[in-house]
Amino acid sequence: MRARDLLQPRPEGLYCPPGDFYIDPVKPVDRALVTHGHSDHARAGHAHVLATRQTLDIMALRYGENFAGATQAAAIGETINQRGVSITFQPAGHVLGSAQILVELDGTRIVASGDYKRRSDPTCAPFVPIVCEVFITEATFGLPVFRHPPATEEIGKLLKSVKQFPERAHLVGAYALGKAQRVIRELRDAGYDETIYIHGALAKLSDYYVRQGVTLGPLAPATVESGSKGDFAGAIVVGPPSAFADRWARRFPDPVSSFASGWMRIRQRARQRGVELPLIISDHSDWDELIETIQETQAQEVWVTHGREEALVRWCEMNDIDGKALHLVGYEDEGD
Amino acid sequence: MDRFAELLDRLVLTPSRNEKLTLLTDYFRETDDPDRGLALAALTGELDIAAVKPAMLRMLVVERMDPVLFGYSYDYVGDLAETVSLVWPEPDNRVRANRPPTLSEVVEKLQAASRSDGPAVLASLLDSASIPARFAIIKLVTGGLRIGVSARLAKQALAQLGKVDVAEIEELWHGLAVPYVELFAWLEGRGPKPEKTAAALFRPVMLSHPVEDRDLEKQDPADFAAEWKWDGIRVQAVCEGGTRRLYSRTGDDISGAFPDLVETMQFEAALDGELLVGDPRTRTGTFSDLQQRLNRKSVSPKMRDKFPAFIRCYDILQRNGDDMRGRPFRERRDALEIFVATLEPSRFDLSPLVAFDEWGDLEKIRGEPPHPIIEGVMLKRWDSPYLAGRPKGPWFKWKRDPHTIDAVLMYAQRGHGKRSSFYSDYTFGVWTGPEGSEELVPVGKAYFGFTDEELKQIDKFVRDNTIERFGPVRSVRADRKHGLVMEVAFEGLNLSSRHKSGVAMRFPRISRLRWDKPTAEADRLETLQALLS
Repeated sequence: MRARDLLQPRPEGLYCPPGDFYIDPVKPVDRALVTHGHSDHARAGHAHVLATRQTLDIMALRYGENFAGATQAAAIGETINQRGVSITFQPAGHVLGSAQILVELDGTRIVASGDYKRRSDPTCAPFVPIVCEVFITEATFGLPVFRHPPATEEIGKLLKSVKQFPERAHLVGAYALGKAQRVIRELRDAGYDETIYIHGALAKLSDYYVRQGVTLGPLAPATVESGSKGDFAGAIVVGPPSAFADRWARRFPDPVSSFASGWMRIRQRARQRGVELPLIISDHSDWDELIETIQETQAQEVWVTHGREEALVRWCEMNDIDGKALHLVGYEDEGD
Repeated sequence: MDRFAELLDRLVLTPSRNEKLTLLTDYFRETDDPDRGLALAALTGELDIAAVKPAMLRMLVVERMDPVLFGYSYDYVGDLAETVSLVWPEPDNRVRANRPPTLSEVVEKLQAASRSDGPAVLASLLDSASIPARFAIIKLVTGGLRIGVSARLAKQALAQLGKVDVAEIEELWHGLAVPYVELFAWLEGRGPKPEKTAAALFRPVMLSHPVEDRDLEKQDPADFAAEWKWDGIRVQAVCEGGTRRLYSRTGDDISGAFPDLVETMQFEAALDGELLVGDPRTRTGTFSDLQQRLNRKSVSPKMRDKFPAFIRCYDILQRNGDDMRGRPFRERRDALEIFVATLEPSRFDLSPLVAFDEWGDLEKIRGEPPHPIIEGVMLKRWDSPYLAGRPKGPWFKWKRDPHTIDAVLMYAQRGHGKRSSFYSDYTFGVWTGPEGSEELVPVGKAYFGFTDEELKQIDKFVRDNTIERFGPVRSVRADRKHGLVMEVAFEGLNLSSRHKSGVAMRFPRISRLRWDKPTAEADRLETLQALLS
């Protein structure tokens, strides 16, 4: 069995002809395997969806209970047979519920990583390297310039700034699924026990994280009713990045605009968005993690789904690994 | 080093002056000698490190990594120092020190390096540093931190640290040496105020308040002298015991940019005056002419010939070792008149007094100055001593009314800090082109002059009339029939090759919103061009 007969790129997403399923399809299909709940990977409208319990729950929270015709929960580490093709979900360390998908047939092993990271994250299970022939990787931060510092250092910067500017509100932009809860949890781990104010868009998902055992400490909605303008002085407010450019942000006193994202590694990115306090906290692998992971999988072939493919393909070339870009479209780095 | 690197990173993204001051003051308070003094020197441009050329930096990095990967990286980031700081590979055989290098260790190594071993020293420093520290090191060696902090702001932070007046620091500044240990000791109350030992030190400048409504009606015109307010740059020329210095009004030593002038400073005195170009006996150049001489490190003979610098003298602060600052202006003025007559006439002249009897006379004279480089009149009490800073009462500036034009809002950009959710920076344009096919050409940018209420209204207008977005910038609907007319006030115009319109405004601000005015009636570019001639 040649690898490309087991999985191949199609406009809808990665397709498995013998198993007749897609992985993270961007268009409605009959049978979809979903790696994690970010909206560019997990879309509504498929007839059948196979994903981890948590990913299915997250999809239901975002799209409503009827987001798919039928759903099936994949337990981590358990192998499922789909028309003779073996499918196993393993943790990807990206966000709560995220998984890599191992696809096997007649001794050919391909791992589709979805999005993943190697750093410790108190809000989800850690990535498990799987030995395989073909490793399908993302490359969101696939350039040697992306080197994420430890999240604790970045959280330290935020707490220092809160102390330095107690009269201002610190608005931390963080995507609603994963990053927001991780930032909150990292703040707790750093000893911050004040109430953290959250934007409405974060409420349902944060509640879900808490129900899944990720404690987030005291949270309150960042509504004007919950306090006058002055009450947000010295507070940390977490919300989706788009909200901070919006009129919503006017309720806060002289806000410090912050943004938790791997993109904040590049100063010009921070400057363009008007970010005063960039926090380089990413749920994707940085360059070193990408190449370290490729080596650990011992893959002979690396397929790159989305991101900055050319540098990673070049690195594979230099290290005698077959690398190719799949040029899949429709994935937009939502999670960072 | 990491603390300094962190400071640079915060400063470069912090738009507000007050917050920059907090960051600087906290840094100076928390950092030990001599690191903080070296940081201060780096910020004020007093740190002497042999420069490394960008080509050398590039060579060092491609010796260590695949040039193709470096190429992709540089293309993506766009800034060489930043790219190198990020991609610099950790050395394989690295023996990590148990702490990162300090700023003083870095500076010491860089200063000790010879021309030939400079690159190797730099490389080993980059090997030992964190990513932010690498960026800071590269900024130090490639010259120019460019982080939006002036020497003046750094001194202001020192003043805040020691709760002293910034004038005291400016006065001492040029007698101090890197890393300023005595200065910090004094600011922290652990040592005496450093003595003014060096010759030809700067003396803090006396500034004036603008004339406001009813300021003058209580004053007797006979108590005041009036003179023209020249629109050059305020300077202080000091010669003491053979040391000659030309200072800006904030105490920066700018002697190096004006060697032609400095070599004619053959006297024993400290003079306050306006730096202008031309020949005082025949011709005073415009501000555009003067600009040719500003912000240059070196000056070509051609520049010196074409735009010779001279000083139009306002005041005398010291004469033959005698501190004149405590004497009344009348006495200083008499001394100045006698003194200036002894100076090189192509380089020094006296700022003439303007005779008047009543405030009304002066009002008329102020509106019709005899030269385009006059921006109004100065009023000085005859009995005023020369005081540092901006005391209220003795000196007033009474500027000519600003120019105004009606322009059309073209682009709006989101502000920072308090204004980060408001479109508060406006680019406006005026009409150009033949009748029937007029188009707008941008002529300037302004971000103040309006009230908070007006800001809300403009913000709403921008959001409701957006055509396109580019990052934080929106272009708004602006044509002959639709758009927002803004009355823009400005102090003057310069020729500009950088702007499509060919003109650049000085000190533009929004003076009025003209919701009532049809865009087609906004001004044309010709109106501005006429001001230039």
